Amino acid sequence: MVTTLPATATMLPESELSDPQSGLIPKMSARSVSVYYGAKQAVDDVSIDIQTKYVTAFIGPSGCGKSTFLRALNRMNDTIPGARVDGEIMLDGEDIYRSGMDVVHLRARVGMVFQKPNPFPKSIYENIAYGPRIHGLAEGKAELDAIVEKSLRRAGLWEEVKDRLADSGTALSGGQQQRLCIARAIAVDPEVILMDEPCSALDPIATAKIEELIDELRGRYAIVIVTHSMQQAARVSQRTAFFHLGKMVEYGKTSDIFTNPREERTKDYITGRYG
Amino acid sequence: MSPSILLLLGLGLGLAGWLAARARAWNFRRDIRNEGKGGRLAALPSYHAWYVALWIVLPVLVFAIAWSFLAPQLVTGWVLSDPAAAGLPHFGFERRAILDEAASVALGSAPGVFNPLAEGLVEPYRLAFAKVRWIGIAATLVIGFLGGASAFLRLRPEFTARTRVERTIMTVLLMASLVAILTTLGILVSLVFETIRFFGMVSPLDFLLGTHWGPDPMGNPLNPDPSRYGAIPLFWGTIYIGAIIAMFVAIPLGLMSAIFLTQYASPRWRSVLKPALEILAGVPTVVYGYFAALTVAPAIRDAAQAIGIANASSESGLAAGLVMGVMIIPFVSSMADDSIAAVPQAMRDGSLAMGATTSETIRRVLIPAALPGIVAGVMLAISRAIGETMIVVMAAGAAANLTANPLEAMTTVTFQIVAMLTGEGSFDHPATLSAFALGFVLFLVTLALNFFALRVVKRFREAYE
Amino acid sequence: MSETALPDRTGAFQARLRKRYASERRFKALGLCAVLFSVGVLAILLVTMTMNGIGGFQRAELAVPVDFSKAELAIDPQRLNDKDAIQALELAGLPLLIDNSAEQTLGRKAADELGSEAWREAARDIIADPSLLKRKAVLNLPTSKDLASALRGDGHEELRAQARDLVAKGQLARNFDPGFLARADATDAQMVGIWGALKGSMLTMFVTLLLAFPVGVLAALYLEEYAAKNRWTEIIEVSINNLAAVPSIIFGLLGLAVFLWIFPNYRSAPLIGGMTLALMTMPVIVISGRNAIKAVPPSIRDGALAIGASPVQVVFHHVLPLALPGILTGTIIGMARALGETAPLLMIGMRAFVATPPDGFTSPATALPVQIFLWSDEIDRGFVERTSAAIIILLIFLLVMNGLAIYLRNRFEKKW
Repeated sequence: MVTTLPATATMLPESELSDPQSGLIPKMSARSVSVYYGAKQAVDDVSIDIQTKYVTAFIGPSGCGKSTFLRALNRMNDTIPGARVDGEIMLDGEDIYRSGMDVVHLRARVGMVFQKPNPFPKSIYENIAYGPRIHGLAEGKAELDAIVEKSLRRAGLWEEVKDRLADSGTALSGGQQQRLCIARAIAVDPEVILMDEPCSALDPIATAKIEELIDELRGRYAIVIVTHSMQQAARVSQRTAFFHLGKMVEYGKTSDIFTNPREERTKDYITGRYG
Repeated sequence: MSPSILLLLGLGLGLAGWLAARARAWNFRRDIRNEGKGGRLAALPSYHAWYVALWIVLPVLVFAIAWSFLAPQLVTGWVLSDPAAAGLPHFGFERRAILDEAASVALGSAPGVFNPLAEGLVEPYRLAFAKVRWIGIAATLVIGFLGGASAFLRLRPEFTARTRVERTIMTVLLMASLVAILTTLGILVSLVFETIRFFGMVSPLDFLLGTHWGPDPMGNPLNPDPSRYGAIPLFWGTIYIGAIIAMFVAIPLGLMSAIFLTQYASPRWRSVLKPALEILAGVPTVVYGYFAALTVAPAIRDAAQAIGIANASSESGLAAGLVMGVMIIPFVSSMADDSIAAVPQAMRDGSLAMGATTSETIRRVLIPAALPGIVAGVMLAISRAIGETMIVVMAAGAAANLTANPLEAMTTVTFQIVAMLTGEGSFDHPATLSAFALGFVLFLVTLALNFFALRVVKRFREAYE
Repeated sequence: MSETALPDRTGAFQARLRKRYASERRFKALGLCAVLFSVGVLAILLVTMTMNGIGGFQRAELAVPVDFSKAELAIDPQRLNDKDAIQALELAGLPLLIDNSAEQTLGRKAADELGSEAWREAARDIIADPSLLKRKAVLNLPTSKDLASALRGDGHEELRAQARDLVAKGQLARNFDPGFLARADATDAQMVGIWGALKGSMLTMFVTLLLAFPVGVLAALYLEEYAAKNRWTEIIEVSINNLAAVPSIIFGLLGLAVFLWIFPNYRSAPLIGGMTLALMTMPVIVISGRNAIKAVPPSIRDGALAIGASPVQVVFHHVLPLALPGILTGTIIGMARALGETAPLLMIGMRAFVATPPDGFTSPATALPVQIFLWSDEIDRGFVERTSAAIIILLIFLLVMNGLAIYLRNRFEKKW
């Protein structure tokens, strides 16, 4: 039976998780995290470390709890009535679920990009400028302009939209909208960017662009991406976690997971036996 | 002394506090930048500004409201303690009139006094008004300043002004939603209170079971004749007009309209006919009432006389009921529309796929499936009809006849509420108070109808979701 | 369907099919009739009101030539700018002059049928155009109500003959009466105006909007965005749903028992009327507001939350602006309903006879629908026309408001 296996049993030892090559302590670390929706348990006892300058991919069949766990990392689950999180999630050694934690500040540090592009129905400029404005990151118009330009450049959108910053963000194509949302997340200078299947609503060409962008952004942020596509996980990530039925079955280097999985279930999923 | 001056003063202080606090927050921010350690302000300068402004405006607001109740008492107290007030008559209307006169002269709203007794009181009033005004202004300044200063001194770079301001906003939102409960309570309290007073004079049994209605607003209020407070004829008239005649018109026409508009009409026809029904729903009831009295009632009387009913009255339950029915048609139609739309398309398709005609599908499948929703809609429609006032006031008549003859004048609960409260009767008279008892009955009945109807609708929706 | 499928080819089946189609057609025709009935009633109602109402914008007027240059009213032209210019003209002998002029050209009997307020109209003409005092002019002055009804064909035969005679001479006619839109209530149908009631309605609506809109919108935001699912929230929701269906007259009783108890001096005042109607309108705004807020897609909220906007910022920066057109549509519809509301205003005394337009929120006033109700009780034929004219004005206002709501709905309705 699947459920009898302790989730931590198959994990890499702690020492291996904190990547010895980088010599960094993890940016975020989760310990025995469970998430409940009312009485239903969606995530069961997950522990994981997330490093800066790496792309970490969460893969697994639908309903396996990978998106739920992702939303727990910046407390977006708070918006769902009845959602409850047990365990401990640390950001730079600080528990993000401790009482008195300013959720607003947390989300400025841990940004998120959603499955479906959701630009605000405002101008492109306002879409980017909103975050810096509410966080007081810019003093005066010139600084704000600079942030907008920098964010759009990093998201690889600047050349396409620089002449129409006043146009509505919703008028862009799907791929452009998603890059706008990434630029919007970058604009508040986060440390971690969470991406919840960012390409699932996009065509292959737009997907390729986003994947390219993720690779470029990796140098600066810790990126966590939930994806349905194993090819995508293999292409963009350095670390992969496989989720199944709310548990994290296996976590390790992406190359190891795809070429040499330790768990039978991981192997079954990767080879397409189910999912 | 109007509270608006104090409020304006408070707003002015608030603006000053806002500007000062924002300037201070900008300074914090500059200091942090100059230090160059990369820290930042815990909240935007504008939130610091709003925090201080709220600490000024809210206390002033509370004070202004309290003061507007307290100030007149103080003025009267001071004036009465003046020696010139010694000569006033001790009680009643005259004393009040003299005081009012002196006060209005002192305020400059009347040119001069007529009553010599008031003459001596003008000056004390003037002094008292001036005193109250200056105390009010001084207190506002002190309160505003203290509130602002205490808030201002709390400002720090790490002060979480946003959280504080947002907590205030949330409180305001919560209070806004509590207005609904307060209104409901207000209705209950005002109705129950006066109803209890009424039942102290006329027994509830006489009221609920008596068959003769004819309160005498000029009679002795201490010794009312309970046999004149039997509300059965009113209940009957209300039910007969609102729940029988009106529904006789509204249910078939409303239902058939909904069916035609949703199942048969082409989009073009629908785009013309639906707004027409909406206009019908938007016509004010006073216009329907006038239409009933001016056009429909005489037409019915003439028609009745033409077929040989000589004593047909020009005010009849039939006219009021028919027009009320027309008024309710759009309501029934839109409720039926919603219910039919809630029936899953698959059910309709299933019936059509077996070769049933559209009308067979509607009669055998759609209507039975949508029936709970339609019944709930009819209940809501009845609750509207029995609470409707102007049509019956203008067309149904005042005579409390216990009759089933639609051509006779009959009266309703709402009509009698209007009649009892727009007369010259005193507020302590059982005739006046009976209006509140009638209102209470009406409130309870409509409440029950709505409550059950909404529950039925909810359950019905859930069944198909 | 293959040729050998038998049952539907039998004669009995065909006959039944024909019958079923006939019943289908009957059913459809019945539906059409139901809709057409409603449309027909609406048409009859509008036509009746228009036919009667056109007369309401007119009144019977006698053409009275007055030679002011010859009469030389003893009045300083400067006085005409004063507030009491009408009294000054009265003292200078204007009423007598008008009466004499009327007698000269129309005869004594017709001069007696000049309305008792006719000289005031003349005075207003003079104040509007002081140069009148130096020349001869033909003034159209209102007749008495008896002559007005004689002109309409009612009343004594003698007076009717006189009216016919005056009409034949071109001295009596029904003229468009712009003053109807500028005057207030009066006892004489010839002299009434709608402005007093209209102004009362506007003041009342202003108070209603000022109270109901913010409270309604804030309550809707709270319930839709923040309220936890608990017993209190449920009580609030039940209260709002029930208040939306409570008969309007009950709100009148509340206004009478609570508001007039707190402010006993403000009987008949637009302030109290507005407060009462605000309680009635607030639930409508809350319900439509909640629907508009619900229509804002959650992805917008997620997007804003994810870059660190606080829940209050999410609502006031994103949700509220996007929901505003929908909220406004609901508000306008609620206000239109309040504008047509009569019964609650009767309860709080806004049925007083108010002969001057109200000059503030606390002065006695009446409202347009109440005015209609009051006039409808008058027996004089003149009032029937005036009532219909007032109804036309009310309906025009409602049509404009509803039109605006539909426009807003279509213009800003977003498909997400």
